[in-house]
Parts: sequence; C-alpha cells; structure tokens
Amino acid sequence: MIPTWAQLVYLGCAVGFILALKGLSGPRTARVGNLVGATAAVVAVVTPFLYLDLDHIPLILAAIALGSLGGVLGAQRVQMTQMPQMVALFNGVGGGAAALVALLELQHFQDVPRAHVPAFDVFATAFTIVVGAVSFAGSVVTFAKLQELMTSRPVVFPGLPVAFAAGLAATVVLTVVVVRDPAVSTGVVLAAIGLALGVLLVLPVGGADVPIVISLLNAFTGLTVAAGGYVLGNVVLLVAGTLVGASGTFLTLLMARAMGRSVANILFGALRGGSTLGAGEASDRPVRSAGPEDVAILLGYAERVIVVPGYGLAVAQAQHTLRELVDLLLARGARVDYAIHPVAGRMPGHMNVLLAEAQVPYEQLVEMDDINADFKQTDVVLVVGANDVVNPAARTTPSAPIYGMPILDVDQARQVVFLKRSMRPGFAGIENELLFEPTTTLLFGDAKDSLAKVLAAVKGL
Amino acid sequence: MSDPVVWLTIFVLSVFVGIEVIAKVSSTLHTPLMSGANAIHGVILLGAVIVTGSTDSTLALVVGLVAIVLAAVNMVGGFVVTDRMLQMFGGAGRRKAGGR
Repeated sequence: MIPTWAQLVYLGCAVGFILALKGLSGPRTARVGNLVGATAAVVAVVTPFLYLDLDHIPLILAAIALGSLGGVLGAQRVQMTQMPQMVALFNGVGGGAAALVALLELQHFQDVPRAHVPAFDVFATAFTIVVGAVSFAGSVVTFAKLQELMTSRPVVFPGLPVAFAAGLAATVVLTVVVVRDPAVSTGVVLAAIGLALGVLLVLPVGGADVPIVISLLNAFTGLTVAAGGYVLGNVVLLVAGTLVGASGTFLTLLMARAMGRSVANILFGALRGGSTLGAGEASDRPVRSAGPEDVAILLGYAERVIVVPGYGLAVAQAQHTLRELVDLLLARGARVDYAIHPVAGRMPGHMNVLLAEAQVPYEQLVEMDDINADFKQTDVVLVVGANDVVNPAARTTPSAPIYGMPILDVDQARQVVFLKRSMRPGFAGIENELLFEPTTTLLFGDAKDSLAKVLAAVKGL
Repeated sequence: MSDPVVWLTIFVLSVFVGIEVIAKVSSTLHTPLMSGANAIHGVILLGAVIVTGSTDSTLALVVGLVAIVLAAVNMVGGFVVTDRMLQMFGGAGRRKAGGR
C-alpha cells in the first residue's frame, strides 16, 4: 500500500504534468512548462526510494546515471537538423522500457496463485508489451528513415497487408491465451510479434509523412505507460501516460490536418494506392539555369522578396549565410520576409527552430496563411532547399502523393529563383512542375556556397 | 465506487484534460510540444525502478536494469532536447520584445 503522503506527492506530479503540457502549448510559457514537467518527473522518480524498501539500490542508481548520461549527451550533441530522429529514438526507448516493465509484471503474476490475478490486469500488461514493442520497433525504423540509413521512400511488398493482418490476429489470440494463463514465455512471443508489427506499420510510410508517425508512436508509448501505471497501481504513471496518449493523438490529427492528409491515408495510403508515387528520378527536360551574378541582379533590384526555406537549407548549414543575404537586401531597402510552411523541415515547426538558431528575428518569419496572398505582389521568391511545399501538383494533380496538402503559392510571384543541388525531386519523390516554368530561374550548387556567391555579387552591385 | 471504476474515472478525465490543454497550440510549437510530451512519458522510469527494486531473480534484475537505462534516456534526454529547442525560441522572443 502506498502511504498517503506519497499518494499526495504523486498527485502533485500529475498536476505538474498537466501544467507542463499547458505551458508547452504557448510560445511564452513553453520553456517554463518544460522545466515544470522535468521537475515533476524527477520528484516522481525519487518518491518510491523514500517509501519502498527497494533492493539493488546501487545498481538501480547506476542504471539511472548511465541512462541519464546517454540522454544528456545525445540531446546536447544532436544537430538541430537531426532533432526529429532524436525525438523518435527517445520515444522508442521509452516504449521499449514500458514493454520490459510489463514483461517483469507478467513474471510477477506467474508467481502468485491464479485466482488472485484480475484478468483485466493481465490484459493491460499484454497491451503494454505489444504496443510498447510496436512503438520501439516503429521508432527505430523511423529513425533509420530520417537518418537515411535506409530509403525514405515507402517500402511495400506484396504480402505486407496479409502479414500485418496475421500479426494482429496472432496478437488477439495470444492475448486471450496469456489472460487465461499468465506465462512469461507467451509475453515474450507477444513482444516479438509487437516488434514485427511496428516494423510493418512504418515501412510503407513515405519520408515526408514520417513526422506524423513519430507523433502517433509517441501517443502509443503514452498509452502503454498509462496501462503500465494501472497494472502497478501507480496514479502518476496512469495520468502522465494518458495525458501524453490523448494529447499525442490530438497533435497527430492537427499535424495531419496541416498537411491536408488523413492519418489513415498516411499510414496505409501506399498500400492502397500502390504506385501513386512518382518515379523519383531526375528529369532531363530543359530548365533555365543562371549564375550567381544573375540571381544577385534579380534580388538586388527587387522591392519585395520572399524567402522560402526548406530542409535543404538546414542540411547545407546555410541559415547564417541566408540571414546575411536577407539583412543586406533589407539594408538596400527591399521588403523581405521568410515564408514558413507548417511542415517545412522534417517536422511541423522544425524550420522555426532552425532559423531561430541562426538568429533570424521572429517577426520576419511569416506563416503560410498570412503570406500566401502576398505572392502575387512579390518580385522575386527565393526558394532555398524547399521543394514539396511549393509544388503546385498539390493543387493540380490528384494522383500526386502530396495532393491536397496546402502549399505556398510561389507560382504566383513574378520571378522564382530556386537554389538546388540537383534536379532530384523532393522528399515526397515527385517532380515539381514549377521548375520548368518560364518565370523560374535555377541556380545549381550547394546552398551555402551559392548563397555566399550571391551575397558577394549583391555587395558588388 | 469500486476500485477499477476509480481508475477508469481518472483515465477518462485525463483524456479530456490532455486534449483540452493543448487544443490551442500553434503549428510553430508542434515539434517542441511533441518532444516535451515524449519526455513526460519517460516517467515510466518510476515503474522500472519499482519493479526492478522488488525482484530477486537475476534475469529479471538484468531486464529491469535495461528498462531503467532506456527509460532514463527517454526522460532525461527528452527534457534536455526540448529545452534546447525552446532556448532558441526564447532568444527570438526576447529580441522581439526588446525591439518594440
């Protein structure tokens, strides 16, 4: 039995998590919210040491220290561009931890007389094992896709839907078996099936949609933690897990809406559509390319310029050079803004983080809905490392995988300059018609290199 | 109320709180919010500590310690990386306030 004071501490921690989420959803309160959450988590973890007579304390403390060290090093070393896969990885290990905890609980059930084990407790344990394993394996595949350890394109093979359905059926059967006879061996099989399901779930998802999957798996892990909390009779785990599960599911829907897609379409679109995706190969159609000096003249004498930054900008680490160029254009009297697509970068809001890192003033970052009407009056749009978010196919080609996604109306501007490394299509793997328009100029090369040359040329005007 | 019903009540209310509390988030903050929520479920560390501290089989101890390491990575790393992201927003926000 948990003493009353500890119950009250847990209640306080649960409230802390609610306040943390509340804080995190507002720009001014976000950082404080995160600190409140961290404090609540630390207090919650310390509490059982004070009321339980725990064994193996030195080993436990060592394990906590080791994990914390790994977490801090990972979090501090990771480049901001790679942050989405870091979040995926953190989420995955959390899911894995929940599954292992549930396996140990199952072993505990095995040792007590069967009549004393409520069926629903075993069911919740089985749920935690399976969904935790799904979250772990899914997150690892997500990480591999984003880190480009494997192809970021959807991976579909003929038997995939059948294998997935078979896995689900096996999960249901084994859950019934384990509820009737709690055995660790059955739990291990459940975990293995969960791992396979996680891989099968994420493989068919295309690279551009992976962030939505991270958010969904995050919600999954939340629910496993909630179920684990129920089994352990621990209210703070139940509340924290449920909060994350509910808000994570809601956030997944919000993100999907920002991309103009449904979650079902993102997860299973590749299975149903099969070949809706473009060839993903470079085209040899003629384009108009220019040198840095030509681009400098276009930019240097424009009155209204809008910059559309994309992930390619961040990969080239060109944020600082871009900011210098924009500052110079501003000094020459032009009006310049950055148009931020909600999913620019690899995750919603990712581009804001990357540009904030390069000390671009917050007020120069304009969200899509606020800037789309301005493109008609814009002299030059400078697209740096973005592709899918300015692809008119989202409006015009129903068969395109990005069809229906709200895009920046760059095609309405008088001139468009693309800084591109090559003619390779964007993350979604489809060709961008805008590249072949007569108003479009392409400047090939590394974004940082190109921007530095343009910057020097504008200075010389 | 019977015990399972109490738990169900807490669960259902938490679902509503979880949705309500983030309902008005702007898309700018989606990434930090996801990352922060991700760190919060790292509190499974608490569960890992409790089960590991009350086991006497060697295999279970090893499994428990692995769970503790993983959970600690999730929790500590999650909060630190979220703070790193938000630090940048904080800087931008301050400049904005100062510039007016």
